[in-house]
Amino acid sequence: MKYRALLIKYAEIGIKGQNRYVFEDALCDRIRRKLKKISEGFSCIREQGRVLVECPEEYDYDETIDAIKTVFGVWAICPAIVIEDASWESLTKHTGDFVEERFAGESFTFKVFARRSDKKYPIETPEICSGMGDYLLQRFPHLKVDVHEPQVKLQVEIRNKAYVFCDTIQGPGGMPVGANGKAMLLLSGGIDSPVAGYMVAKRGVYIDAVYFHAPPYTSERAKQKVVDLAKLISVYTGPIRLHVVNFTDVQLAIIDKCPREELTIIMRRYMMRIAEHFAGECRSLGLVTGESIGQVASQTMQGLAATNAVCTMPVYRPLIAFDKQDIVDIAMKINTYETSIEPYEDCCTIFVAKHPKTKPRIDVIERSEKKLEGVIEELVEQAISTVEIIDIAE
Amino acid sequence: MECYFDNAATTRVCNEAAEIMNRVMLEDYGNPSSKHIKGFDAEKYIRDAAATIASTLHAAPKEIVFTSGGTESNNMALAGSAFVNKRRGKHIIASAFEHPAVYNPLLGLEEFGFEVEFVPVDNLGHIDPERLSEMVRDDTILVSIMYVNNETGAVQDIAGLSRAVKQKNPHIIFHTDAIQAYGKYRINPKKEGIDLMSVSGHKLHGPKGSGFLYVADGVRLRPLIFGGGQQKDRRSGTENVPAIAGLGIAAGKIYEDLDTRTAHMYELKQRMIDGLARIPQAHVNAVGEDIHKTAPHILSVSFDGIKAEVLLHALEERGIYVSSGSACSSNHPGISGTLKAIGVPEKLLDSTIRFSFCGNNTAEEIDYGIETLKELVPVYGRFSRK
Repeated sequence: MKYRALLIKYAEIGIKGQNRYVFEDALCDRIRRKLKKISEGFSCIREQGRVLVECPEEYDYDETIDAIKTVFGVWAICPAIVIEDASWESLTKHTGDFVEERFAGESFTFKVFARRSDKKYPIETPEICSGMGDYLLQRFPHLKVDVHEPQVKLQVEIRNKAYVFCDTIQGPGGMPVGANGKAMLLLSGGIDSPVAGYMVAKRGVYIDAVYFHAPPYTSERAKQKVVDLAKLISVYTGPIRLHVVNFTDVQLAIIDKCPREELTIIMRRYMMRIAEHFAGECRSLGLVTGESIGQVASQTMQGLAATNAVCTMPVYRPLIAFDKQDIVDIAMKINTYETSIEPYEDCCTIFVAKHPKTKPRIDVIERSEKKLEGVIEELVEQAISTVEIIDIAE
Repeated sequence: MECYFDNAATTRVCNEAAEIMNRVMLEDYGNPSSKHIKGFDAEKYIRDAAATIASTLHAAPKEIVFTSGGTESNNMALAGSAFVNKRRGKHIIASAFEHPAVYNPLLGLEEFGFEVEFVPVDNLGHIDPERLSEMVRDDTILVSIMYVNNETGAVQDIAGLSRAVKQKNPHIIFHTDAIQAYGKYRINPKKEGIDLMSVSGHKLHGPKGSGFLYVADGVRLRPLIFGGGQQKDRRSGTENVPAIAGLGIAAGKIYEDLDTRTAHMYELKQRMIDGLARIPQAHVNAVGEDIHKTAPHILSVSFDGIKAEVLLHALEERGIYVSSGSACSSNHPGISGTLKAIGVPEKLLDSTIRFSFCGNNTAEEIDYGIETLKELVPVYGRFSRK
């Protein structure tokens, strides 16, 4: 079957009123970027509540569908045949040929749906439906019409050409990246943070990322793993600007001056502060983390409160109420799981206390942090000024 | 200064090997099985390499089967001889500290009904011939003992072990994984009672993807790889001529001045041990009274209270490259079985670094290494997991 067009339906974009064009433009832009990587000759235009992709003579259908399935904002993809000559005779014949090829003698019940964007078309919508139904019943006597629960919904759309389709491929939903501003993702090498980035991007948010590494306590390979993860989610999120922060000296100062069982919480507070700095630089409107209530010692309600207390920006935690297995399921779906479980230590685990505080009190933590005064400012400054920026292309 | 102390993981290819490989790839690129002169020219590299290697072993060229490296040689030796001899018996003995490239093929054989037993080692990594001999049964078909241990540098008296085994059961096939031994020792398989011996090229300044299995005349093996029947049906697949040529050159070169090389490496090793004596946290593993009873190039050291991987990365920042445990197995976070086998205390297992030298290392590099360790060990001992 040669589908020369893909009708792309979008979900929530439809309800955005005056700003609709922002969303539609972002969606077309994302789709175009994907198609450009596959081959030349695709066109992508907005048309009356749909995006219409016209495909070149030769293209890889499966690869194209898979690529569009990674574009947030796509609700469904309908591969369609294009009938250049939309006259009734041509329309019915080609539609019949399509049914023959697509279903190869199968028996099923069907109903014809029609949509007439070209109001100059001489036949009105209800007549298109009934006329097409009659034609098909005559040509394929083994078919039956069922207007209530048809097995096949045959859709005919008349624009300047006619498009006929009957299949709907589910897209990821959400909103196109770029439609909703920008956020800074705290990306570790774990399972959760890439999923968190994916989920926020799904709401149309453009993602940048910050990674804290601690050489020589963490290795080049641990860093490479984070770059690999960023690359994997960029398939969905688009390009990512990754900030690699050398966190070793800050971390060692904390180990030196503060109680070991508060280490992780105080570390996380400094990570938030530094991430906020870069978020400001990138004009991000919030931070994104992979935290989930109670998952590890630092992510108890008390721990999250203590971490959150230093933030002035909103912190988005899309996984906050997810079970680990649910997060793993998404990680597998978006292809990050295998990379996430590579065994390289990250800076959160390497110095972790045997019995870290699970119910930290903010005032106690603040008192501990007082001991860092006079030392930490310069170290934070240095961590910020020595940042390494890696631009991850999707 | 750059100090490459990871020569047991791999070595720099020597210039002469790189040059001949370049020539094979760009000029004499024929398929050795081709009937025309281009094929004949390519085949000559293989014959030359086999002749060179055979002469280092006092063996015949036909006893050399080229492989893709040590792992394939081990697999070919173990699976190949086990399957050929399975009617005589299914009992196999190996040492308790074999490399995963021996250990895992043996586990694989267990699935086919073979029974594998492991002979223990003492705290210097040595096997007692009597103990080994006691384990030999009538249905023992194969004994595999590592020549030089890759993590500790412990050396076995292979001749003595083979004799002990064969006295009790002359039908036994004796295999040794000599990947860390060939190019460091003069080995005479016939005299030492070795039937099969695995060697890897990239440990002796040859290319990666090269290696061979010594197969004593008359020893039968079932091939692992079937196909066009190259190498007398023992290992099908077009020969990797560049790698084989490079390996031949590297082997020839290393045996040319072997004694000066090993003497130099022993000097480096002794210098390192002496230097480490001034670092209180450092414990040298598996070296007894006489370092000449250990391999010249491998030194295992535990640093009390420091995570090996942290020290490794800290050294790396100063241009010093080492391994934690064995590089081949350090991708797995599991603890080294070898170090456990020689009785390294539990708390030091995770703190063990392997330094491994080659003939190109210098005394200055050792001194720089010691100075750097003296500086880093107190720093990284201070910050550790609690």
